[in-house]
Amino acid sequence: MAKHHVSAVINGEPTEFLCETQQTLLDVLRDEIGLTGSKEGCASGDCGACSVIVDGSLVCSCLMLGCEAEGTTITTIEGIAQGDHLHPVQQKFLEHAALQCGFCTPGLIVASKALLDENPNPTEEEARYWLAGNLCRCTGYDKVIRAVMDAAAVMRGEKAA
Amino acid sequence: MPKVLISGSACQRFTGGKAELEVSATNFRRLVLELDQRFPGLGKQVEEGMAVAIDGEIFQDAYSAQFGPDSEVVLIPKIGGG
Amino acid sequence: MNYITSDLKVVGSRPIRPDGVEKVTGRAQFGADMRMAGMLWGKVLRSPHAHAKIVSIDTSAAEKLPGVKAVVTSKDFPHIANEEAFVGEGPMNFRDLSRNCLAWDKALYEGHAIAAVAATSQAIADAAIELIDVKYEVLPYVIDVEDAMADDAPVLHDDLFSAGVDPKPAKPSNIAKVVTFKKGDAEAGFKDADVVVEGRYTTKAVHQAYIEPHACLCSYNADGQVMIYSSSQGHFMVRAYCSKLLGIDLANIRAVPLEIGGGFGGKTLVYLEPVAIALSKKAGRPVKMQMTRDEVFRASGPTSGATVEVKLGAKKDGSIVAAKQVLKYQAGAFPGSPIGPGCMCGFAMYDIPNVDVVGYDVVSNRPKVAAYRAPGAPISSWAVECAMDDLARKLGKDPIELREQNGARNGTKTHYGPTHQNIGFLETLKAAKNHPHWKAPLKPGQGRGIACGFWFNIGGESTAGCHIAEDGTVVATSGNPDIGGSRASIGMMVAEVLGVPADRVRTIIPDTSSINFSFLTGGSRVTFATGMAATQAAERVVEDLKRRAAQVWEIPVEAVEWKDGKAYPAGSNAGAFEPLDLATLALKAGRTGGPIGSEVSVNAQGAGPGFGCHICDVEVDHETGAVKILRYTAIQDVGKAIHPSYVEGQIQGGATQGIGWALNEEYIYDAKGKMDNSGFLDYRVPVASDVPMIEAVMVEVPNPRHPFGARGVGEVPIIPPMAAVGNAICGATGLRLYDLPMSPPKVRAALDAVAPKMAAE
Repeated sequence: MAKHHVSAVINGEPTEFLCETQQTLLDVLRDEIGLTGSKEGCASGDCGACSVIVDGSLVCSCLMLGCEAEGTTITTIEGIAQGDHLHPVQQKFLEHAALQCGFCTPGLIVASKALLDENPNPTEEEARYWLAGNLCRCTGYDKVIRAVMDAAAVMRGEKAA
Repeated sequence: MPKVLISGSACQRFTGGKAELEVSATNFRRLVLELDQRFPGLGKQVEEGMAVAIDGEIFQDAYSAQFGPDSEVVLIPKIGGG
Repeated sequence: MNYITSDLKVVGSRPIRPDGVEKVTGRAQFGADMRMAGMLWGKVLRSPHAHAKIVSIDTSAAEKLPGVKAVVTSKDFPHIANEEAFVGEGPMNFRDLSRNCLAWDKALYEGHAIAAVAATSQAIADAAIELIDVKYEVLPYVIDVEDAMADDAPVLHDDLFSAGVDPKPAKPSNIAKVVTFKKGDAEAGFKDADVVVEGRYTTKAVHQAYIEPHACLCSYNADGQVMIYSSSQGHFMVRAYCSKLLGIDLANIRAVPLEIGGGFGGKTLVYLEPVAIALSKKAGRPVKMQMTRDEVFRASGPTSGATVEVKLGAKKDGSIVAAKQVLKYQAGAFPGSPIGPGCMCGFAMYDIPNVDVVGYDVVSNRPKVAAYRAPGAPISSWAVECAMDDLARKLGKDPIELREQNGARNGTKTHYGPTHQNIGFLETLKAAKNHPHWKAPLKPGQGRGIACGFWFNIGGESTAGCHIAEDGTVVATSGNPDIGGSRASIGMMVAEVLGVPADRVRTIIPDTSSINFSFLTGGSRVTFATGMAATQAAERVVEDLKRRAAQVWEIPVEAVEWKDGKAYPAGSNAGAFEPLDLATLALKAGRTGGPIGSEVSVNAQGAGPGFGCHICDVEVDHETGAVKILRYTAIQDVGKAIHPSYVEGQIQGGATQGIGWALNEEYIYDAKGKMDNSGFLDYRVPVASDVPMIEAVMVEVPNPRHPFGARGVGEVPIIPPMAAVGNAICGATGLRLYDLPMSPPKVRAALDAVAPKMAAE
């Protein structure tokens, strides 16, 4: 069967790609466009390593087909920083040592950004439940949550970056 | 002469059940050679499968690990990790 | 040189790791991120049966499918005779490893690799494996360890005769090995005891569950040289194992370490690389392979499921006089469970005069066991630490005081032989006793548990380098894949010795052709052993820099000292020279002898053991059986925390894995021996909402064998949690649970079992 031609805006750039029907958005991002920052941990929407933001919603890109991306606006981990200016979430992850192997980190950062875009003042519990869809096996989540809460405070202007 | 304790039961088939041996060796390399001479096959088993604890400190794969007549010398299974 | 009592400027601080920005921006390259022009996609055909004879494999239809460029089976691997080559973590039997990568005459577990294809797209590769026609003769299977030990159990290997049994058995069985450790006379000891506690504890297989599935890209060139890009815990191990399995010279293989997305011991061996190389050789093109999550669970090694019987005998005053343990560990399809360390670690923390430990290494039809953080110890301590708690209750003693009374200290002879030296167990117990968590009030329905853990930690062969660039900035090299922040700590040790700020040193991990051999990353050894090599490399560079300064100043080298990144004349007699910094000396490197750098290889000995003590508070929901972790404190003797954030990270991560092992994780099998829960939905690892903040308390009893006093830290923290949680549940409900995981249905069943009695009372 012929491939689908899809147009979407990815990380602010108008992008076109070809994909097979069964290719997920994650497959497309990684294998067709070359944006390998989003990771495959499970391909069944359970681990969150493939998290992206599609039209403002946090989505597991492994649960979406590439051809469903037609006409959408997508943000991946590669689009979180602005040039060499890291997003506060990224900066705080580094300062708090909220990553060890770094594999779940792109998904966690995208999910954390989505959290703070929706709720700029989450409690620790709200942050934990929001991020429950992002598995991390290395950190035990302690420093991740600290980093997210700290980034939230910076973004609310309550403390210096 | 140093006394060497072979921990565990893996090597006892070579020594006929004896766990403690008196040796004249004073480092791990000579110990391996001496054990193999006295109990053929034991030296290889020790060199490849065991670590030596000298006065509580564990040495693995170290020919030069030294001990004296009063040292506590214990051969234990090699340790790996995850 | 030894810096333990020095005034440290870098070591002990918390700089941002050198590889951090690429990780938070998604630029870091992991195993599945590599591409090469012309690459093919590889895919493995796996056995649907838990135990079967492979009667025939017909690959012809798959080979004819357009887009398929190669198909391999075990016939494409050289046949390895029954030998053990001791490369890697402990003795690795390469015959078994070869048959694990691609089955010979038998499928030994559901998921066992039977054949593999390489094709021009993933879709074609998926279709091709469906076309491989395998004729199986299905055999009865056995999975549970005691079932596998039974006389009438289906036998996996007809050439496996139990070792450590005298006389040698006449019939093959599934018992690969029996090990025993004895001290004193346990029988007499128990007769002498006033109080005895016993327990029979069981555990299920659990997986390391790293979020990154195994992945690699291999390219076999026409001249026999091979490139391997993969994520692993040791690229030298990858090179060595592929060399051994395929009969390729080591120097013809270049293994490039990509970033690794978690290992915990599960990536200390190979599954895909040898297969990908064989496919690449046949196809004449690079081959990329990655496991799906389903394959990771079904086909890569979880740890042992086990039964452990434990018995403790003590006098009324609390001194433990006798201890006994019988451990039976699953090895999976091939021998090699961590039964040895399991036998050694359970009682290693205690000074007990009479001890009797017996362990069994038992094969059964599940994936070959792979190492998992302190292999063998968590299962053993689960039983012992629960029994210690029962003993404390029976004696009416505080559980920490019972352990202090019987705790190992410098000079304590272990039950497996050596005498403990330079250990910090009592210090960790003291820190636990004095921690506010221990005294914090509990509400009704809440319970508190404590448990301890011991791990040897290892040293071993390591290489590290220190190179001064022409502008005086520094590149440090490490032979070890970084699984927990070791690039940061190695760079910091180098910076400390050179006397420069941490961010002037960049640490990278060169491939196997670009740095000398380094044993794999595991056993909590990298900060210790590779750190030792890095420190020595930096010290040699400092000696060289002093020599060059002496040459510039025309004074004896003894008259030069190095401090804070500069060469100084040592005292006014040496001459009134302005100090020379790294940048200035580096610029003159050619004139003073050539480029400045050093690479050091060591076989580090003297790795100090680690002890941990964890305190856990829980609340049990009587309706659902769910256990909520309210508060968790993990105390550990770390020797010296080089980068405290990453030491805390190891403690918090290990503790969380232990909590998952305690409460939810297990392999569940159906009636045909197939894994029922091979995905993260039903194989339930802890998520962010399952755990509170985990307070990591670092006790520092320096290890005199390491220049900065470091001990390995990564493995100890997974040992105490299961019993800490189990003891907390006992505190909350009065119920002792003996079977892991203590998942809601089991807790609810235990509560229901006593409820009628309670209602009647």
